[in-house]
Amino acid sequence: MKETEKEKYKKYAEGHAPKSPTVKNCAVAFITGGAICVVGQALTELYSKLEMSKEDTGTLVSVTLIFITALLTGIGVFDNIARHAGAGTLVPITGFANAVASPAVDTKTEGYVLGVGSKIFIIAGPVILYSTAAGALYGVIYALYRLIFI
Amino acid sequence: MGDIIKTDSAYITASSSVVGSLEKAGPLGEYFDIWDEKDDTFGKDSWEKSESEMQRLALKCSMEKAVLSEGELDVIFAGDLINQCISSGYGLVDFDVPFLGIYGACSTCAEGLLLSSVFSSYTKKRCAAVTSSHNCSAERQFRFPVEYGSQRTPTSQWTVTGAASFIVSPKNDRGERVKIVDVMAGKSIDAGITDVNNMGAAMAPAAADTIQRYLTESKRDAESFDCIVTGDLGLEGSSILLEIMKKKGFDISSKHRDCGVEIYDIEKQDMHAGGSGCGCSGVTVASYFTDKLKKGEMSDILFVGTGALMNAMSLQQGNSIPGIGHLVHMVRE
Repeated sequence: MKETEKEKYKKYAEGHAPKSPTVKNCAVAFITGGAICVVGQALTELYSKLEMSKEDTGTLVSVTLIFITALLTGIGVFDNIARHAGAGTLVPITGFANAVASPAVDTKTEGYVLGVGSKIFIIAGPVILYSTAAGALYGVIYALYRLIFI
Repeated sequence: MGDIIKTDSAYITASSSVVGSLEKAGPLGEYFDIWDEKDDTFGKDSWEKSESEMQRLALKCSMEKAVLSEGELDVIFAGDLINQCISSGYGLVDFDVPFLGIYGACSTCAEGLLLSSVFSSYTKKRCAAVTSSHNCSAERQFRFPVEYGSQRTPTSQWTVTGAASFIVSPKNDRGERVKIVDVMAGKSIDAGITDVNNMGAAMAPAAADTIQRYLTESKRDAESFDCIVTGDLGLEGSSILLEIMKKKGFDISSKHRDCGVEIYDIEKQDMHAGGSGCGCSGVTVASYFTDKLKKGEMSDILFVGTGALMNAMSLQQGNSIPGIGHLVHMVRE
């Protein structure tokens, strides 16, 4: 096919394709994402009763949610929830936990070094790399700012 | 010289299908020979090994059906989706039969039948065409880890867990009366689609090209066939195919069926645009359509196996996805 024909066909196919049900997806994401936050809040209340500092409580809540996600990923349940929940499970810490736990489960057959070891961050890797890089860059800018203005 | 290749002595003397639990639970469930209702592992500890096992089971089952003993099968044409076709390489290692690996993405079933029928007609050798796909091994290679949670778009398709095997013989030695009378190889056609979640749109132009060339050269009307079966265009690709064909002046809408649409109950099983993968057309043709021909409920079928010729790297590099459609003309004799 010629390039112009390809462009034309691509546009036609894009127009032809049924659209994702945005309203429904948003509603489900709102409810599931909200539900996860409710669980987080309940855990916060629970842990704060254990006479913990506010900081420790926050950490422990994150750790608990990560644990639950990793467990649900391991027993093959999380992806069934996420296919309906969409951003509802992706945006909270559960999404990140699943992005690390699922390659770990998946690549076990290739061994703990070349499989899990090298592929565990295959999805979360970009987030970790670029957030670390952005942090470093921000640090340099902040240091220069202090050097010049303060 | 046209593109149609006549195959005067190629009979499908046996065919077999091996499927996973979702396929077994689908509307064609009763037609399949072997299935794993438990966890689709077929007792193996990696998805790649499970897929190899499925190919082994499929070929073994078809050889038993054709009552072939060792040494009676002359050559195997087999392929799958996993890098360098390892499901075939490992799965068929026990058979001690000359093996030719082939790759046509999801059109591999049709490509295998095409090569087998030509080989059988011109060398009078008995061939096997084997193919497979496994949802989990394909997910791992082409998309995300199996347990990664993500939402699918309405045009996305579900890779079928299935393996199929056909015994193609120069003589009608089992009296099954299913004959391949002619075949036509597809052309790799790049229509500019870059969305991996819309394979139907990527493959439809290639299927349309093959069907158009065949109908024109054979001077036959679409209405004269019992059905024109495409491999895995799914709901979206099928709808585009019919529109393209109409624009070209061929109305195939009353005769068109698609294995990707047939294999699942799309609404109930939440399959978006339907099934895909080598196993999709493989098991549907090996079970349902072959059965219809055997029983005489159909007598003249055009099967166009469709494939999308990309890999994970080509997609990441932003290349568009070429499609292909190989045609196999099957009749009841």
